[in-house]
Amino acid sequence: MSFLSYLINGVSLGSVYAIIALGYTMVYGIAKMLNFAHGDVIMVGGYVVYIAMNTYGLGAIPSIIVSMIFCTVLGVVIEGVAYKPLRGASSSLAVLITAIGMSYFLQNAAQLIFGAETKAFSSVVSIPPLHLADGKLTITGEAIVTVAACIVIMAALMLFVNKTKPGRAMLAVSEDKDTARLMGVNVNATISLTFAIGAALAAIAGALLCSSYPSLTPTTGAMPGIKAFVAAVFGGIGSIPGAMLGGILLGIIENLVKAYISTQVADAIVFGVLIGVLLVKPTGIFGKKVHEKV
Amino acid sequence: MTMLEINNLGISFGGLRAVDNLNMTIQKDELYGLIGPNGAGKTTAFNMLTGVYKPTDGQILLDGVDITGKSTVEINKMGIARTFQNIRLFNKMSVIDNVKAGLHNDYKYSTWTAIFRLPKYFRTERAMDERATELLKVFGLDFYRDALASNLPYGQQRKLEIARALATSPKLLLLDEPAAGMNPNETQELMDTIKLVRKNFDMTILLIEHDMKLVSGICERLTVLNFGKVLAEGETSEVLNNPEVIAAYIGD
Amino acid sequence: MKLTKSTKNTFVTCGMVVAAYLIMELLMNGGVLTSSHIKSLLVPICVYSMLAVSLNLTVGILGELSLGHAGFVCVGAFSGAMFTRCLSGVMPGWLCFLLAFVVGAIVAGVFGLLIGIPVLRLRGDYLAIVTLAFGEIIKNIVNVIYVGRDSSGFTIVFNSNAGVSLDSDGEWLMNGAQGVTGITKYSSFTIGVVLLLITLVVVLNFINSRTGRAVMAIRDNRIAAEATGINVTKYKLMAFTVSAVLAGMAGVLYAHNYVILKAKTFDYNFSILILVFVVLGGIGSVRGSVIAATILYILPEMLRGFSEYRMLIYAIVLIICMLFNWSPSAIEWREKVRAKLFKKPKGKAEIDSDNA
Repeated sequence: MSFLSYLINGVSLGSVYAIIALGYTMVYGIAKMLNFAHGDVIMVGGYVVYIAMNTYGLGAIPSIIVSMIFCTVLGVVIEGVAYKPLRGASSSLAVLITAIGMSYFLQNAAQLIFGAETKAFSSVVSIPPLHLADGKLTITGEAIVTVAACIVIMAALMLFVNKTKPGRAMLAVSEDKDTARLMGVNVNATISLTFAIGAALAAIAGALLCSSYPSLTPTTGAMPGIKAFVAAVFGGIGSIPGAMLGGILLGIIENLVKAYISTQVADAIVFGVLIGVLLVKPTGIFGKKVHEKV
Repeated sequence: MTMLEINNLGISFGGLRAVDNLNMTIQKDELYGLIGPNGAGKTTAFNMLTGVYKPTDGQILLDGVDITGKSTVEINKMGIARTFQNIRLFNKMSVIDNVKAGLHNDYKYSTWTAIFRLPKYFRTERAMDERATELLKVFGLDFYRDALASNLPYGQQRKLEIARALATSPKLLLLDEPAAGMNPNETQELMDTIKLVRKNFDMTILLIEHDMKLVSGICERLTVLNFGKVLAEGETSEVLNNPEVIAAYIGD
Repeated sequence: MKLTKSTKNTFVTCGMVVAAYLIMELLMNGGVLTSSHIKSLLVPICVYSMLAVSLNLTVGILGELSLGHAGFVCVGAFSGAMFTRCLSGVMPGWLCFLLAFVVGAIVAGVFGLLIGIPVLRLRGDYLAIVTLAFGEIIKNIVNVIYVGRDSSGFTIVFNSNAGVSLDSDGEWLMNGAQGVTGITKYSSFTIGVVLLLITLVVVLNFINSRTGRAVMAIRDNRIAAEATGINVTKYKLMAFTVSAVLAGMAGVLYAHNYVILKAKTFDYNFSILILVFVVLGGIGSVRGSVIAATILYILPEMLRGFSEYRMLIYAIVLIICMLFNWSPSAIEWREKVRAKLFKKPKGKAEIDSDNA
């Protein structure tokens, strides 16, 4: 039974990774940049929910909506101020370093505003835990909501990208920016929209992450951000089902390793698996193979 | 004396037969043309000759030695150098360093020699400088020796690519559409350069080209490819007057 | 003999470091500079300069984004520290310290080679994330190693040393997350500068050689490099390994500047910090790496007056620098300003290369 509960916790953690990874993979697909500040938007989302609930006494759902709006605006502003001017720069490293600068900025701004001490986050989920098999197996409300949210988000994103006009514009921009522009796609608006969606997903992920692991500090988002990127790479970057699968696998591996091997080396093993996957399939599980034409 | 012999060379990509049953024989010092409409498999043939693609079947002999399926690096060391359809220079390196990169396998010293700046380093570097400058002079590029390769005018970039290929001291030089993107004056200049290369370096040259003026002006013999198969081969004037070849080009 | 451009460049870069060293020594010996805080920054500046220069070999010359440089610093630091910790009793201190550099360099080099073989097959951001992964793996594993020594020899355990006891004369040299303690502080500013000079000479001589040209050729156009007869795998590995060796040496210097060495120092943020130095100093510019590492390391210290705002200001400065340096519109604006200020005719100089 304990194996099953570890597995369920793994799926739940993995779903959080998957939600972050979905945002990451879309942003990467379009802007072709490692957005190191993505994880910190999760942290900002967590703080907004915390303030909304504890200072203004809002309910869980309104708090999350406020947080999504705040993060969406933040995501678009970050993109416009820090990343957009570097589009067309001669080295892709430039925007990477700017993203790192943005990550430092968000972490330190949060530290100034909220302090470095850990905030006790009260869960946004009010669903009671589910007891199965005569109480031997408990599934927390957080786990249920997280997994459900992840599935709904992935389905919605798939529909959005494949069936709507702005979604298809995203696909076009991620294939080839210049051709998309010539075909009449507003590239800048499409990129902004992608960052907005990514940031909104990060806000949801922030609320869910902090509900499952109820502590919030200015660096809360950093490691989940990196791991979500690992998940996105794992599944094949740019692929929505890939990000979902990668995230969930990562969560499961991490939780099982923590349970059966060691908490301290869990991250090492997670990264080791990533390396293994990439060595066998250099562009991830669902990644496309790219040939260079001679 | 035969420099290059290609026997029944073929390659398939999945179900697509890109080149089929290609046979070609090039004599030493010959200037040979490989022509054909777009998508006929010319560059694919070049890529097999230089080891970028492994042929599915057939055999390639360079100066009597079987080079079929060898790696690009090995084939270059065995004596085939090439240029590319879309120019591939070492853009962020200087003009002379592009040529010196071509001298890599002829002028050697170890990395330790370089790090400790042993006398052999200075000796070899000086010899490389001399040889590279000589090559640049042939192409009239010595004026630009310290310029970045990417800053050269287009026509000069083509020449630098040829100079770099020659620096590897090949037996056979492959030129992939050397006149692509050139105006008639530049093409004329290029024809002179190619003739000069053959004379000065005693070089066997195989080139892919669309520019019929260049082909009829300098190539001695031709092979025409169409849909991956040999359509015609022989003396240039004969081949160019072949009705089948004309039809393939005009596209009846 | 006439000096070549590259030799001159090496002399200028090294001369700059020597001059900075002499000025600092004069200021300190003349009693002008007495702040122990500033003195404590000198060795780290040398360490970070060495790291920026060595990472520039991977990022600027080889053209591959590595986010795992901290891993090589980590193995270098720990192997060097363990070496002096174990053997400082049996030989003179200076010899032990010297040999520690050799040990750190070799261990980091072996790791560089072993990691490079699989990693260098990958491209672009995939390579970046895998180097980050390797760096984190190294950190996590070093973090759970316990090494004890007593009269019956060495005891090595993983994960936890609970329940493992040593003889009464024994001690734990390496203590998991607590790291290595009781390191002798052999590092000094002078040794740091000497090592920085060695690093500079090695890297510059590497770049300006047949090997360096091969590496840069691969960076600029892999397919053309192969067609030119350059063995891509061999030269990629060589550059990556040299970069790791130098990082390992910097690690040994770092380790012996403190009494305690903990693995968690060498997380991915450490790698990123060095990458920031490299990019801000100019990708491929060795001299720029040294200057950027020095200025950016001192900057947060200079901002101490702003106390808690300093890291925020640092972040903003970083973003502004990047935008100003790299944004196409900023570059255009700078060109315009420059054209107005110095009206010089366009000429051959325009297309000359600038290999600083």
